[in-house]
Amino acid sequence: MEIKLWLNGKAVRDDVSPDMPLLEFLRKQGMYSVKRGCETSGCGLCSVLVEGKPVLSCTYPLMRADGTHITTLEGLEKEAEEFGAFLADEGADQCGFCNPGFIINVIAMTRELENPDEEDIKEYLAGNLCRCTGFMGQLRAVKKYIEHKRSEGRGE
Amino acid sequence: MNENNAVNRPIRKKDYKALVTGKPVYTDDLAPKDCLVVKLLRSPHAHALIEEIDTDRAMKVPGIEAVFTYKDVPQSRFTLAGQTYPEASPYDRLILENRMRHVGDVAAIVAGENEKAVDRALKLIKVKYKVLTPVLDFRKAKDNEILVHPEDNWKALCPVGADNKRNLCAREESEGGDLEKAFAESDVIVEETYHTKANQQAMMETFRTFSYFDIYNRLTVVSATQITFHVRRILSNALDIPKSQIRVIKPRIGGGFGAKQTAVSEIYPAFVTLKTGKSAKLVFTREETQTASSPRHEMEVRVKIGATKEGKIKAIDLYALSNTGAYGEHGPTTVGLTGHKSIPIYSKAEAFRFTCDVVYTNVMSAGAYRGYGATQGIFAIESAVDELAHRLDMDPAKLREMNITREGDLMPAYFGERANSCALDRCLERVKKMIDWDNKYPRRYMENGKIRSVGLALAMQGSSIAGLDVASVTVKVNDDGFYSLMIGASDMGTGCDTILAQMAADCLMCEPENIVVYGVDTDTSPYDSGSYASSTTYLTGMAVVKTCRSLTEKIKSYGAKLLKCRADEVDFDGERVYMVSEEKSISLKDLANLSMNFNDNALYASEMHTSPISPPPFMAGAAEVEIDPETGKTEVIKYRAVVDCGTVINPNLARVQTEGGIGQGIGMALFEDISYNEKGVSRSNSFMQYRLPTRLDVGDVKVEFESSYEPTGPFGAKSIGEIVINTPPPAIANAVYNAVGVRIRELPISPEKVYMGIIKNED
Amino acid sequence: MYKCTGYVFPESMEEAYKLNQKKSNKIIAGGGWLKLGSRQYATLIDLSRLGLDEIYEDEECFKIGAMVSLRQLETHEGLNLYTQGAIKESLKHIVGVQFRNSATIGGSIYGRFGFSDVLTMLMALDGFAGLYKGGSVPLEDFAKMKYDRDILSAVTIRKQKNIKTVYSSFRNQSTDFPVLACAMSLSEGKIRTALGARPARAEVITAELPTDIDRFANETANSFAYGGNMRASAEYRRHIAYVLIKRNAEILAGGKAYGD
Repeated sequence: MEIKLWLNGKAVRDDVSPDMPLLEFLRKQGMYSVKRGCETSGCGLCSVLVEGKPVLSCTYPLMRADGTHITTLEGLEKEAEEFGAFLADEGADQCGFCNPGFIINVIAMTRELENPDEEDIKEYLAGNLCRCTGFMGQLRAVKKYIEHKRSEGRGE
Repeated sequence: MNENNAVNRPIRKKDYKALVTGKPVYTDDLAPKDCLVVKLLRSPHAHALIEEIDTDRAMKVPGIEAVFTYKDVPQSRFTLAGQTYPEASPYDRLILENRMRHVGDVAAIVAGENEKAVDRALKLIKVKYKVLTPVLDFRKAKDNEILVHPEDNWKALCPVGADNKRNLCAREESEGGDLEKAFAESDVIVEETYHTKANQQAMMETFRTFSYFDIYNRLTVVSATQITFHVRRILSNALDIPKSQIRVIKPRIGGGFGAKQTAVSEIYPAFVTLKTGKSAKLVFTREETQTASSPRHEMEVRVKIGATKEGKIKAIDLYALSNTGAYGEHGPTTVGLTGHKSIPIYSKAEAFRFTCDVVYTNVMSAGAYRGYGATQGIFAIESAVDELAHRLDMDPAKLREMNITREGDLMPAYFGERANSCALDRCLERVKKMIDWDNKYPRRYMENGKIRSVGLALAMQGSSIAGLDVASVTVKVNDDGFYSLMIGASDMGTGCDTILAQMAADCLMCEPENIVVYGVDTDTSPYDSGSYASSTTYLTGMAVVKTCRSLTEKIKSYGAKLLKCRADEVDFDGERVYMVSEEKSISLKDLANLSMNFNDNALYASEMHTSPISPPPFMAGAAEVEIDPETGKTEVIKYRAVVDCGTVINPNLARVQTEGGIGQGIGMALFEDISYNEKGVSRSNSFMQYRLPTRLDVGDVKVEFESSYEPTGPFGAKSIGEIVINTPPPAIANAVYNAVGVRIRELPISPEKVYMGIIKNED
Repeated sequence: MYKCTGYVFPESMEEAYKLNQKKSNKIIAGGGWLKLGSRQYATLIDLSRLGLDEIYEDEECFKIGAMVSLRQLETHEGLNLYTQGAIKESLKHIVGVQFRNSATIGGSIYGRFGFSDVLTMLMALDGFAGLYKGGSVPLEDFAKMKYDRDILSAVTIRKQKNIKTVYSSFRNQSTDFPVLACAMSLSEGKIRTALGARPARAEVITAELPTDIDRFANETANSFAYGGNMRASAEYRRHIAYVLIKRNAEILAGGKAYGD
C-alpha cells in the first residue's frame, strides 16, 4: 500500500506492507537511531514523535501515520547534542543503545510539562528502560538540562 | 605540557557525540542491506530427540536460501564460553544436534532473502520429536539416571571435576585451617541455606551478528561481543576451519554485563556464510534473548558460620550447588567465586572450607553475569553474617567492623593473596554515616503505618583472572604527533576506550584529545583476553602504562638522534624532546613529521601485561527501605554505597558503573526471576513478564569512593565493573529483617514472601 | 506481530461495522494488544478517522470516544476533577507515556482484559459501553459479554452528584501489570467496589455505606473470586483486596466529594 508522510520535515512516499511496524519503516528510511529493545511495547527504545507526541514506533500502526509528521532523533540533532552534552557530563550516555528513545522522550517532556519536579520527571520517563546507568546519572542530566533551559529562558 | 592530569578527571566519553545523536554505530546498523536473514527453529521440548526432520517444504518457500539441520554440521564439540584456551568450560556443544536439551535449543537454521520468507519456512519445517523426561530440579540432577549429556565425545579440557555421566559440570573442594576445631570453639553457629535465581543481564541490545567473506575470501564476523578474540577461536572450533581464515570485528555494543562473554549468536550466521558464500545476519528477538541465552547461574548456597560470643568469627564453611543448565558455559569458573570471593571478606576467621557441585539440567544454559558467582556467594555470606549478629544480639555493623579484612591481611580463602590495598574499613565507616546508620538502625515506625529500616552488606570481587588473563596494547606516533591507541579490550559502553586514553594521556603528558582509540578487530588489534573478569582497567590499563613507557623511550631515542646527542642526554615532556642541558630541543610535532622522512625507527610500541594476583576491590552498601507491613511490599527509599576501586580513573564513569550495578542488584533483590513451568517452559520470556527496575523502582542512589592505592595497578587502580552488583540483594534482605523480622533466604524478595513471613511470625 | 494484507479507514460507523462482520477482518485500536499476537488478518479496520478521539463533557455526562488515548484520559481536567484524581492514578502506572499516547480506551475496554486498570476504574464510575448496534450497556455487563462483531464507539459516564472516587492498585514493580486493582466510588450512600486483576477481569459489587469499615473490607473482599499466577497466589490476592478495599473505604469515608 502507498504511504506518504513527513519524516523529519521531508516528504516521504513509499510502497509498504500494511503490517510493517513503523519502527522498521523508519529504519528502512535510514533512521538508524530508532532501536528495538523488545517485542512487547515495554522498553521505550523505539520512541519517536508523531505530530509532536512521543509514541512507540514498534506499536503505532504504520498506516495510521499516513499523512502525519514524524520526528526521529535524526530530525532533532541540535537538541540531541545539547541535551547529550549534559548526559555525557554525567557519564550517563554509556552503551548508548537506549539514548535515542530516551532523548526523544526527554525532549517531548520538556515541551509538554512546565517546570516538572523530580517525581514528574521519573513518571514521564518511566517507560524508558536503561540497563547501564541505574537512572541516577540520567536524572542528574535531565535536571541540569531543565535548569539550563530555564536560565536561557530568563535570558541569563 | 599537560597541566591537569587526565587520570581522575571526569571527562566525557570519546564516543559520546555519536551515541547521543543516534548515529548508526551498532551491529545491526552496519549490516549489509541485502544480507540473508537468519533465524533459528527452536525446540518446544525441554528434553527430546529429533527422530525425523523434513525441510523439503521449507526449502520451497520463495526466497529461501538454505535450511540446515544436525546432518549438515561438523561433529567435533566446542564451548561458547569466552575464556582463555584451554577453556575450563567443557566442550559439550555442536552447532546443531539431534538432542534437544532445553526449550529453545536449536533444531534448525533457516536463511532467506527476507524475514517473511524465513518466518514462513520456519513454520513449514516438520520435526518429529521423541520427547524425553527432562531433569528440571537442579537439586536432583547429580547422579540422576537421566543424563543431559550422555554422549561419548563430550570432553573437559581442564581438570575441573566434571563427569558427564553424573550430570556433573564441575566440583571443587578447598579448605584452610582446622575447621572442626574452629567450630568446636565457636559459641554460636549459624547454618542456613540461601537460594539465588537465574537472572538475565537484559542489556538493551539483544545478541546479534552478521558475517561475510571479505576481499581476501576470509570469513569476517561483525558481532556485539565482549570477547572479540575468543570468538575467533570459538568459530574456528565450531566451523572446523583455521583461525587464519576468520576475522572478528566489534563495533559499538549495546551493553553486555557478561551476557556477551558467551558467543551466543555468532556461530549461526557464520555457518550460513561459510556454506552459502553470502553475507548473513542474525538478530535475536528479546524472547530468544530471554529464553535461550546465558543468564546468571541459579545457586543454592549453604553457609555455616561460627563465632565466639564476643563476636569473633572463627570459621566459615560454604557449599554451593550451581545450576549450569543444558550446557556448561562458565559453569566450572563462576562457582569458584561463590566461595573464593565471599569468604575472604572475613579473612580473620581461623578456618574455612569451600565445596561445590555444578550440575547440568534441562533449562537454558547459564553463563557470565556481572559478579560471576561472587554475587550469589555474597548474598549468602552477607545474609548469614547478619543472622549471626542477631543471634549474638550485636549490631551487624559492629560485628563486621570486628571481623573484616583490612589492608595487609592475608586472605587464605583468596588463594592466599594479601590485601595490598584495602579500604573496606573506611568504606564501612563512611557508608554508615551516609545512611545515618546509628540513628536509623534497626527501624522506625512511620505515621502512615509503614516501617522504615536499614540494612548493610559488604562485597569484594577481583581485578582480572590471576595468572591467566593477558592484555596487550599498541601505541604509535602519527603525523604532527597525535597518537593511535590500539587495544583488544571491548568497550561495551562502560567507557574503557576513554579511560585507557586518559591513562595514556598522563603517561605521554598530553591531553586525551591527542589520543585516538580504535575498537577491536582481530586482524589489527593487539591481543586481549577480552572485557570480562573486571580486567580492563587493571590489566589493559597496566599494558597502556608499559607501552607508553616503551614508546617514550623510542621518542627520546629518535629525538636524541635528531638533536645529534646521546639518548641519556635528553628528556621528553610531552611537547618536545629536549637536552637536559637545555642546549637544543625539538617539538613532538616536528619529530613526528620527520619520522616519516628518511627514517628507520618505527615510533611504535606494543607491550603485554599479565598479573599473578587479582587485587580485590571492596565495597560497602546500605539500603534504607520502607515496608508496608499490611502487604509486605518493600520499597527502596535510599541506597548508599562506598567503593574502594583503588585510584578512580574517571569519577563520572566509575560512579555510573556503580549506580548501574546497584540498579541491577535492586532488580535482582526485588523482582527479577527466571522461572519455568513444570515442563521447563520459561515464564520469563519477555520484558512484560521479566520485570526490570524502572526509574521509579530504584529509590535515591548515592555513591562515594574511598580509595586505597593498589601498587600493582595502573595509577593505583583496581577494578569496578562487577563488584557493584553484589551488595543490594543482601543489604535489602537484611533491611527487610530489620524492619519486620522476616528473613528472606530465597530471592527475589517479593511482597508475598514478606507478607507470608509476617503472618508466620504472628502465629 | 500480526500480519495483514489490507488496511482501511472507514468513513462511517456503518462501513466499519460491515467490514467487521467478516471474520478475517479485525478492528485495530492502539495496536498494542494485537501486536502481541501473530495472527494473520485480511483487513485491519482503523477507526481513527471517525472523530472518536475526543472526550465530551456536559452537565449530564462524559462521553469518551473509543479512539481517545489513555494519555488523553489521564490528563483530562474534567475527569480528574470529577474523580479527585482517581482517573490519573488508574492510568499512570501503565507502561509509560509513549505507550499511553497510542493505547486507546476503546481497545482497553473492548479487550476486557483481566489485568485492566481502566476497566476497573470505569466500572466503579458506573460507565456504559456504547455499542454501535447493541446500544448502551453497563460496563459490568459488557465485561461478561462474549466477544462479538459489534463495535464499541464510546464509553459514557453519567455524572452523579456528590460522588467520591478513589483508585488504588498493587504492583510488584511500578509499571508491571497489577497484582490487584481496586476502584471505589461513593454516591448517595452507596459504595461501588470494582476489583480487577484478580487476575480475572473486573467485577463490581454495590453496598450500603458501612459503619464498620474493617468488616466491610473483609466481607467485600470475600465476595470476589481469586486466582493465582506468577505474580501472586490467590490467597495473597484476597488479602491485598481486603487491604486496598479497607484503605479506599477509609478515604471515601472522609475527604471531599465532587461538587463540594
